[in-house]
This record gives sequence, C-alpha cells and structure tokens, in this order.
Amino acid sequence: MNELQFLTWVRGPGLDIAVGIFLLGAVWRLFEIYTLGRRKDLAAPRRAAGASGLHTVFRRSLPPHGMLKRAPVSYIGGYIFHIGLAVIVFLGAPHIMLIASLTGLSWPGLPAQFIGVATVMTMAAMLAMLVDRINKPAKRFLSTFEDWFAWAATFLPVLTGWLAVQHLLLPYTTMLALHILSVEILLIVLPFTKLFHVFTLFGSRWYNGSANARKGVPV
Amino acid sequence: MSASLDKVAQTLKGVIDAPIASYFESCVHCGLCAEACLFYTETGDPKYTPIHKVEPLRRVYEQEFTLLGRLKKLVGLSKPINDDELDQWQELVYDSCTLCGRCSLVCPVGNDIVYMIRRFREGMAVSGHVPDGIRSATKRTVEIGGPMGLKWPAVANVLRKAGEATGVTIPVDQEGADYLVLLSSMEIVNYSEYIEALARIFNKAGISFTVASDAFEATNAGIQIGSSDLAKVIVSRIVDAAERLKVKYVLSPECGHAYMAIRWEGPNLIGRPFTFEVVHVLELLDELRQKGVLKMKDTFKDPLILHDPCQIVRRGGVLQAPEALIRQVAENYIPIADQQKWNWCCGGGGGASAIHTEEAEALRARVFQIKKRQIEEAGVGTMVTFCANCRIVMEEGLDHYEMNTKLLGLTELLAEHLEPVDVNSASALP
Repeated sequence: MNELQFLTWVRGPGLDIAVGIFLLGAVWRLFEIYTLGRRKDLAAPRRAAGASGLHTVFRRSLPPHGMLKRAPVSYIGGYIFHIGLAVIVFLGAPHIMLIASLTGLSWPGLPAQFIGVATVMTMAAMLAMLVDRINKPAKRFLSTFEDWFAWAATFLPVLTGWLAVQHLLLPYTTMLALHILSVEILLIVLPFTKLFHVFTLFGSRWYNGSANARKGVPV
Repeated sequence: MSASLDKVAQTLKGVIDAPIASYFESCVHCGLCAEACLFYTETGDPKYTPIHKVEPLRRVYEQEFTLLGRLKKLVGLSKPINDDELDQWQELVYDSCTLCGRCSLVCPVGNDIVYMIRRFREGMAVSGHVPDGIRSATKRTVEIGGPMGLKWPAVANVLRKAGEATGVTIPVDQEGADYLVLLSSMEIVNYSEYIEALARIFNKAGISFTVASDAFEATNAGIQIGSSDLAKVIVSRIVDAAERLKVKYVLSPECGHAYMAIRWEGPNLIGRPFTFEVVHVLELLDELRQKGVLKMKDTFKDPLILHDPCQIVRRGGVLQAPEALIRQVAENYIPIADQQKWNWCCGGGGGASAIHTEEAEALRARVFQIKKRQIEEAGVGTMVTFCANCRIVMEEGLDHYEMNTKLLGLTELLAEHLEPVDVNSASALP
C-alpha cells in the first residue's frame, strides 16, 4: 500500500468503520447506563432558587468556589484544551468541508492562521495537563493506563493535523492519512474509555443537580 | 468465592443504578475531588481522594454492567472483589469519609460522590466490613433505643430537670400536639441546655409540643452503617409515634445526621411519604424570627464564627436560616470564606466519631487542622454550631490542639438571650 492508497483507505472504508463503531458504541453505552433507572425519592421536596438539574449542567462548567486557586492548571489548562479542540474541530475550514460532505450542513470557519494558533495553544495546554497529571499526587495516584492512553488518543489527532498543515516531518499525504487514522482511533475508543464523559457528563451533572435540588441545595 | 463474598458482589451489584453508572463513566481522574476533601487537604495522602474510596464499587460496575468489562470477566482478565480488599477499604469508606459531600459540589463532570459512598456502604454493611464502633452504636440503637445506650427513665429524668430549670413542664406522649420533638442522645447526655432552650422558646411562642417515650432518639446509626433494614427499624419508631400522637410536625434536633435520617431518608426507608412534615429546629426558629416572636433581650458581644454542619446545610438544604438567626443574637458575627454549603466538616460526621481506634482518632485530630485554621484566620474566641455531634468532635479537636475557643450551640445561644417569658402575653401563633 503506497501513501495514496493509505489515504484513500482511511478516507473511505476506514472512516466508515470508525464512524460506525463510534455511533453504535455510543448508543449501546448510553443504553447500558441510562436504562438502569433509579429509585424515586419519596421525601417531600423543598424548592430553592437556582437548584435544578439544568442549573447544575451549566454551573459545573465554571470553577466552583475556591477551586481555581487550588487547581489552576486543571481549570485553565482544561478550558484552553476543551475550547481549543472545539474551535479546531468545528471552525477549521477543512473540518467544516468534511462535515458538509457527510451531512450537507455547512457554516463559516475561521482563518487558517487563527486555527494554527488555537492548535498550538491546545497542544501546550494538553502538555501542561500531562505534566500536572505526573506532578499532582492525587492525579498521579488515580492514573491508570487508560488515562495515559486517552491523553495520547486525544493529542495525536491534534499533533498530526498540525504537522500536516505545516508540512513538517513527513510528506503531506502521509501525514494527512496519519491524521485521519488517529481521528479514527479516537472515534473508536471514545465510547469505551473515560473519553465517553463527553456524553455522560450531562447526565451526571443533571442527576446530581436534580437530587440535590429536591433538598433545596443548588449544587 | 465464599458465600459471603458472593453476597457482597450481589449487593454491590444491587446498589448500582443509572446515576452511579453515569458517574463512573464520567470520571476523568482529574483529582479535583481530592482538593475538596479535608482528609486529603490535611494529610496530603492521595488514597483519600474521594473517587478512589469507591474503587471496589467501580470494579463491580465494570465487571457486571459494561460490555467490555463483561468480556474481560469472561476471559478471566478482571480481578473479582475479595475480602481482604474490602477490609482494606473499610478505613477509606468509614474512618476517612464523613459523608460531608463537599466532593459532590466540585466534581467538574458532576459526580455526586457522596451518594456513591452511601450506596457502597450498603454493600460493606452486608458483608460485615463495618467498624466496630459504628456497628455497636447501631446495635444499641436497635436494641435499647439510642446509640449511646440511653434508656427512657434516664431521658425522663433529664426532661424533668429541664422542666424544673425552666418552669415549663415538658409534655410526654401527649396526643394532638403540634410538634413531636426528637432529641439526640448526645444532647440528652452532654447538652441538656438544648432541651431547656426549646422548652423556653416553645412556651414563648405558644406552640404545643410533646416528647414520645418510645421515640425520643432522632439519630439513625443504621443509615451511617449502610444497613437499610436497621435504618428502617429505627426510623419506623418515629413514624409510628408521630402517627399515633397525630402530630402535624416532627421537629428534628440540631444534630445533622439525625435530620438527614428523618427528613430525607425516612420516607425512602419506609417506602411511602410521611403524613406529617419534618422540620429542622432552625427552620422553625427562623420562622418564629420572621414572625417577630423570637425577640432578644440583649445580644452576644464576643466576635464569633459559625460552623455549618454538613448534613443540615450542604446536604440538608437548611441554607439561609442559620446565618439569619446568628445575626439576630450575635453582635460581632464574622462570616468566614468557606461558609454555608462550602463549609468544612468537623471531621467526625457520617459515623466517623463513633470509631474509636487509635488510627481513626489520630486521623480526626489531624483533619481538625482545617477547623483550627478557620478559627485562627478569623481571630475569634468563639465558634457557634448547631449539631451536637459536630460540637463534641470539635471539642475533642480543640482539646487536642490546646485551644481555648468556646463552642456554643445556636439554639441554646438564642434561648439565653431571648426576652423573658411573660406567661400572660404568650399567645398562639396565628
């Protein structure tokens, strides 16, 4: 297989397989989790302003009282790389074209230079988070193979995409194929690793928020 | 796998519901929950990271409920839960977790970690991995009536003395009273001033109340141990008495876990909503304050801070009343940075204060450093709280660090500064 055949494969059958596993996996996992149900709370509820599942879904995106000071790298690094990933994926011109070709939906993107800066910042933030995971006792203690793996699976698409655009290290075609392959790996592992939090965090925040809202506590 | 162990796995399987599954799936091992836990902040030991305390439960979840976990189990790649591990986890689930719920407030993906620990304790209780101290407190509550082994004649004696001290007879088993007053053994034994305070306030407000001779104890060690069967037995006493005496309200004492047990756990334990309302004593006092019944003859002058008990405030939802009440009576109340739902635990909630091993006591003293800092940073000589358990735990902490901080109960402080009772003008509330 030469580099062109490689690229053709990752763009065709490779992508189909990855998207298929991602979609089926995500639906299966969501079904697995949320059909378990929960007990009805029979205690008479108390109402309070700002206390509900929905409030918590939004509120937890902000650092809670005193936490920014305690874990600045987690919050600042976390914001930069999550927002950075979203900007790159949804506002990068080549990505919008891909989405348009798959779904027919299209929207204006940001200039390539801007995306380039966002990419470098995202990678820097992810590296800082990695160092933080090694340095912080609690984080290091909790870390398993899956944490390092999930980090790599997220970092590689960003790195290969950036290298491809910058024409660095390998010929563009090869790097682009590697980039797409790395994204496919990410899609395949997402439903089966902690990366699945991109779906479940909404449910988790809502459960926590609504259970505590019954007690009248905005959490 | 031994029979008991199989039962553990089955029980642990049984406590896993959609929220717990969602929480485990959402955890990204960010470690932020550790920053909210006094057992981590005060020791720096990462094993106290809250989400780590439920690791055996996570393994059961993975092995029994997930596609990949079941495959791994099938081919023998996963390690089943064993007895030694649960033994090891006992310290993490009981000694070093007070169910304070601060972690549930900070988790960025929204995990209610304290809920997970509560459910995990249910499995630990079934398999017998429970600290002796909590086990015997539960046994005493079921067999004798209270966690401290207090029997009714002793309680009656305390009530009679309180009646003599206040001039207000405390009614016992009186049908049709508005309020059934619950007490905690800790109050009866160590802080009987609370009972006197209540008698004075009720008398002043013209509210009828009663104590039930067969249901005076409000605390529920069954819940702390994680045994819903025992918890149900204990809470049913109160429900039966309240329904027999046809009261409108059941008044929870200051005690935090007692409030949690009767207000939020009670209906779920007996499987139906209550026919009466459960009110925390501070909620009632704040209502009286708003109606102008709670008038002070003078105020408390020394600078003081408030310690908000976790189960009443953060976990119980009595958010506004405590501060409003303290402002009513204290002239130099100093709000602290981490107050109300953000307050730090005394270090002895969730049954932890009943564990008297050397290690558990040393750990409690160590984590008390956070309260010590709060007191020192505010530069006050007095701290007010409204939970008898917090109070006794903090008194031990103050002794340990040889601090001469004065600890006061809020209800009692209010009663001390209340306008004297004028029997003629005392009238029922509208």
